[in-house]
Amino acid sequence: MAVKAKHQRLILLVVALVVLIGAGLLAAWALRNQASYFYVPSDIVARPPEPGRAVRLGGMVEKGSLKTAADGVTIAFVVQDGKAKVPVTFRGIVPSLFVEGSGVVAEGRMGTDGIFVADNLLAKHDENYVPREMQDMTKDQAKQVVAETQ
Amino acid sequence: MIAELGLAALWLAAALAALQLLAGALGLTARGATLGEAVRPVAIAQGLLALLAFACLIYVFSVTDLSVKLVALNSHSMKPLVFKIAGAWGNHEGSMLLWVTVMGMAGAFVALVERRLPERTMLATLAGQAFVSLGFYAFLLLASNPFERLSPVPAEGNGLNPLLQDLGLAFHPPTLYLGYVGLSIAFSFAIGALITREVGPTFAKAMRPWVLGAWIFLTVGIAAGSYWAYYELGWGGWWFWDPVENASLMPWLAATALLHSCSVLASRDALRSWTVMLGVVAFSMSMIGTFLVRSGILTSVHAFAVDPQRGTFILGLLAIYIGGALTLFGLRASTVAEGERFALVSREGALVVNNVMLSAILGIVLFGTLYPLVAEAMGAKVSVGPPYFNPMSALFALPMLVVLAVGPLLRWRRDKFARVGRNLVIPAMLVVAAGIALVLIGGVSLLPFLGLALAVGLGWASVLPLKGRNLRRTPLPIWGMVVAHFGIAVALFGMSSESAFSIEKLVAVKIGEVTQVGPWGIKLDTVEPVAGPNWTALEARLLVRYGTDGRVTRMLPQSRSFWAPVQQTSESALLTRWNGQLYAVLGGEAPSVDGKDEVNGSGNRWQLRLWWKPFVPLIWVGALLVALGGALALLGHVLNDWRRRVVRGKIAYRRERQGR
Repeated sequence: MAVKAKHQRLILLVVALVVLIGAGLLAAWALRNQASYFYVPSDIVARPPEPGRAVRLGGMVEKGSLKTAADGVTIAFVVQDGKAKVPVTFRGIVPSLFVEGSGVVAEGRMGTDGIFVADNLLAKHDENYVPREMQDMTKDQAKQVVAETQ
Repeated sequence: MIAELGLAALWLAAALAALQLLAGALGLTARGATLGEAVRPVAIAQGLLALLAFACLIYVFSVTDLSVKLVALNSHSMKPLVFKIAGAWGNHEGSMLLWVTVMGMAGAFVALVERRLPERTMLATLAGQAFVSLGFYAFLLLASNPFERLSPVPAEGNGLNPLLQDLGLAFHPPTLYLGYVGLSIAFSFAIGALITREVGPTFAKAMRPWVLGAWIFLTVGIAAGSYWAYYELGWGGWWFWDPVENASLMPWLAATALLHSCSVLASRDALRSWTVMLGVVAFSMSMIGTFLVRSGILTSVHAFAVDPQRGTFILGLLAIYIGGALTLFGLRASTVAEGERFALVSREGALVVNNVMLSAILGIVLFGTLYPLVAEAMGAKVSVGPPYFNPMSALFALPMLVVLAVGPLLRWRRDKFARVGRNLVIPAMLVVAAGIALVLIGGVSLLPFLGLALAVGLGWASVLPLKGRNLRRTPLPIWGMVVAHFGIAVALFGMSSESAFSIEKLVAVKIGEVTQVGPWGIKLDTVEPVAGPNWTALEARLLVRYGTDGRVTRMLPQSRSFWAPVQQTSESALLTRWNGQLYAVLGGEAPSVDGKDEVNGSGNRWQLRLWWKPFVPLIWVGALLVALGGALALLGHVLNDWRRRVVRGKIAYRRERQGR
């Protein structure tokens, strides 16, 4: 193949650009579809995400709502933000700071039955390692939430 | 006293960096030529002073001098010594000091040993290095002074995050930083070459060992970090696409591309401006990573301090350095003469594919990492995880790995597929055979399926460049390439196998009860309290047996409670066989059903999370092979250079004698 010097450089450049721009467009498209949004219970009640889509749910674990199933590893509880409540189930080892009345971020998806199925629970670790969503929430809503749960 | 000494050394080092920048810049002009001679000694002194400051910090941590604020905030007198020392860089200020120390030492090392570059390019390079260092000295001294005193002196320190109290921490950050910051050399080389317009094989040959060195550390650092996350977090995963992990992956992707384009430039004098560009991009990714990790805009175990002022400072530095370097590139790229030509089917062509694909993956990871930040600025809280990263990166990684099997067999400049085709028959058959076997096994999803099949073929193809060679005379860099590519195949096999064949089991069992996970029978023998220097724990004794006739082995997972700071962690227990790893995590006591308390202790159930992960250790074995390959190549290049120097010295000596 006898390609002129200038042409070759140009072809390489164009090919590289096409691939990179293609990658960028694909990424943008995939991000729209795959990014997992953060919801508080009142959002879920107002605009429920489609069942099966990965989302995160943040709120307070309602007092008296925590129940353990007979297998000893499946738990059910209710997450609330003072305005709305969402039932959640989770199979796994709960973080040590996960207790009734504490904040939690649950990663998972809504089931068709309106119960949120969590794959992972992030509890408030300590003052320095608070999930971001919860940081904002404690600022905005903690007082109200605490008042209503007690 | 020691703290003040450290601070003084740091200020002095910063002053020397300023001097180095000035002398280097003036040295490039006709009138200041004599000043240029000062640059190398100054660079060495600067590096040594930074090292002294770092040694001072390690000292105050090792004796737990609580009058130093940083020590009081992050250490504790009751910690084992190794974690006291490691704690020196387990916090924001200390890790930034480690950063400038590595950067200073890297500059000093270049000044000491690098003789191949034209002297003018060398001056520009060291000036560039000093310019970048200066910004980070400023950040350290003005916004994150590690030696600040505290008054009154507290009676005890706050302690270190227990997750970080692990031997992994002692090695992971320094290794990673050597890689991260070592790339600053490539950045400075690129800037130096752009300033003097001397981009060519000599430049590439001089830059290559430095890139290789940084890349080896980066590879080991990422592998170590991944293994740490795997056993310390107790989640059973080895890569979470956490922004902090991505921050270390992005420089690695750029450095890998740079490494390959460097070899094109060194051997064939092609891809000139592209190589320079990658030099700039690689270290820019390191800096972006630092910004993401250190600015506190991300939540993770790495985000030591949430201080918006610091974030703004690093962002400013980023803008200056990356913006400046890209501007310089824009101005000078067109004046860099064009390199040699090559046909599309050639070694160069394959390496271009490698470069473009790596860049595409880099772009995808960068997009996915920054997207949540951009979205948050616009009021939406999102997170991006494996459902995005896995398929998107595989989309570009898998074709790249196919090219990886072929590329090293192609000749430089021009080749035909027909010539190499015969060699690839066996690997192709292996891929098909593996594919058929996997279909028969069934239940393997698409990505692991492709990964496993490709890994088998790639493993074979990667050693083909040795075919027909006298193995004892094969140059070390070729060995390095083969070992590294084989390592990629090994790691790919491990990753795919983990994702295809892992078996997870989550149970609550009574003492004495036996549970099955894949081929393993696991009996919960006892659960007893144990105590460590700064923690107490519940330790389960598991008696495990592989198959029906295997030996019984003990595993001891713990659930630990630290008291400074108060936190619980789970210490997973791992049992490694040649064909995989058994992974056990002890949860808590299973909460009693229906609120009825079971009073008699024997009836209590304990939560266990168990995984059987076939071939998972191959992930890290592969990564270490990749690093070993890099080390072999580096050794080969350095030895070559040394031999050439010796020969040149002998010739000069003979000439001198004959002249007499």
